Amino acid sequence: MAFPSNMTRSERDPKVLRSGPSSLSSSDRLARNLGWFSIGLGIVEFIAAEKVTGALGMRGKENLVRAYGIREIASGVMTLSVDKRAGLNSRIAGDALDIATLATAIRPENPKRDNAVLAMLMVAGVTLLDFVATGAHTVRHIRHSGERRSYSDRSGFAEGVEASRAAARKKLGDLRTSSVNEGPPTKKTSGADSV
Amino acid sequence: MRALVWHGKEDIRCDTVTDPEIEHPRDAIIKVTSCAICGSDLHLFHNFIPAMKPGDIMGHEMMGEVVETGSEMNGSLKKGDRIVVPFTINCGDCDQCKRGNFSVCERTNRNKEMADKAFGHTTAGLFGYTHLTGGYPGGQAEYLRVPFADKTHIKVPDSLTDEQVLFLGDIFPTGWQAAAQCDIEPTDTVVVWGCGPVGQMTIRSAVLLGAKQVVAIDCIPERLSMAEAGGAITINFEHESVVERLNELTDGKGPEKCIDAVGLESHVSMGQPDTLLDRAKQVVMLESDRPHVLREMIYVCRPGGIISIPGVYGGLVDKIPMGPAMNKSLTFRMGQTHVRRWTDDLLRRIEEGQIDPSFVITHTVGLEEGPEMYKVFRDKKDSCIKVVLKP
Repeated sequence: MAFPSNMTRSERDPKVLRSGPSSLSSSDRLARNLGWFSIGLGIVEFIAAEKVTGALGMRGKENLVRAYGIREIASGVMTLSVDKRAGLNSRIAGDALDIATLATAIRPENPKRDNAVLAMLMVAGVTLLDFVATGAHTVRHIRHSGERRSYSDRSGFAEGVEASRAAARKKLGDLRTSSVNEGPPTKKTSGADSV
Repeated sequence: MRALVWHGKEDIRCDTVTDPEIEHPRDAIIKVTSCAICGSDLHLFHNFIPAMKPGDIMGHEMMGEVVETGSEMNGSLKKGDRIVVPFTINCGDCDQCKRGNFSVCERTNRNKEMADKAFGHTTAGLFGYTHLTGGYPGGQAEYLRVPFADKTHIKVPDSLTDEQVLFLGDIFPTGWQAAAQCDIEPTDTVVVWGCGPVGQMTIRSAVLLGAKQVVAIDCIPERLSMAEAGGAITINFEHESVVERLNELTDGKGPEKCIDAVGLESHVSMGQPDTLLDRAKQVVMLESDRPHVLREMIYVCRPGGIISIPGVYGGLVDKIPMGPAMNKSLTFRMGQTHVRRWTDDLLRRIEEGQIDPSFVITHTVGLEEGPEMYKVFRDKKDSCIKVVLKP
């Protein structure tokens, strides 16, 4: 299999021959797809608000649809960032708004009622995906107190902290005393003292 | 060979790639015996630092055995030598290297033109850390080509384990330089923001350099417990006020020395509103880094104090209070670590038993588990502080 990334390597640098397991989980990929979907939908809502309202029988609500478009784009950008959870939560809040707004179009006198029902079913389906992705990312961020270890025995000092501190302070004190006895201090260079 | 390869944001894969080859007479190839995931690798994982390309091999903390050398080693390195590789590649011959400023070596960045444009003047080449710093393949792999290998290596004795010496390549000298550039006096309070691996090394370094008291700030209990074990007084910023506690510990005068071991991805929380604003700006690309720690350090530092920054910053920061910094006569010192400047001394300290840097390792796994461990490390799951990979 040819990897496009190999074209950017210098002549003798290692090149990818076979790709292995990725750090991207299925929930990461789902969040990424939802983020791009959000941005795509947002752009459509923003630049084609008249067509959207016309298809749903919601004439007169163009500005509302444009505002929803901006909201979708913002949610999408957040969902594609490393703060996926915030983006996904904002998407769920947006889904609720979309459903509430579409509900006003599902009335017998609306000739485009079927379109509104279809749109609502689609939003419900996407909402389900949003919940799945949010759930996965919420679980990832929970750190149960029972999982935590204590590293209180890891000082790194073979002689112990206090003995190491005392020895270092004595050496530093001696160094300072000898430099006072020897005359005015010379200009220090950062970190030049080896204690 | 197998290697951990960057394919995009949050997408690291354990791929099979072609083996590295000698490209220059000063090159060597090592068989990597141990490597580690660094906190700064997470900035690449999150794609916060520009100029990564899909296919780049990750990793800049590694060591191993020399299996092949170029023809210009001048007796400094031979097949079979066991070496730690500094993450900053240095030629040893340029003006900066001669002054000991190895992380700003003038010759080792093979993408010098790009770095000149981005930084004004080039810095050293780095392993596995974007094409701005040379685009050199990293060491989270079975084999690594070490350019300028005759100078870019630290020979280590067989009497020490990989775990004891691996961190000489980055986090130990990084923590040491952070503390050393504070010019610590016996009366000093040194405060370290961030208790990740570099923060832990900084705390131990400040103790070994004779600070009166060392204070560590974080919000992760297991990291604070490790900081406390290393001799620090700890502050959990989610439970208490950093400003009030530091004033309490310094008779209201503030700490003399402040060290930022956090860098561009500071913790975002409702209790620190500036972090929310930074995060929002970062999402819409109005700011690349989140400098909450810098702001807090400038505020709490005693007038005439020193601010030391080992934490990695990648680009632009907003709302830095330069007025207080200037009026308080603060000194700022920062930079990528001049690894070779410190390693002879640090290796001696390890050999003498003054310190054993392996205390920081919490997870040791095979290379194939690397992609998963990036997430474990990022999410601080399973009390993870430092991951070592065995290719």
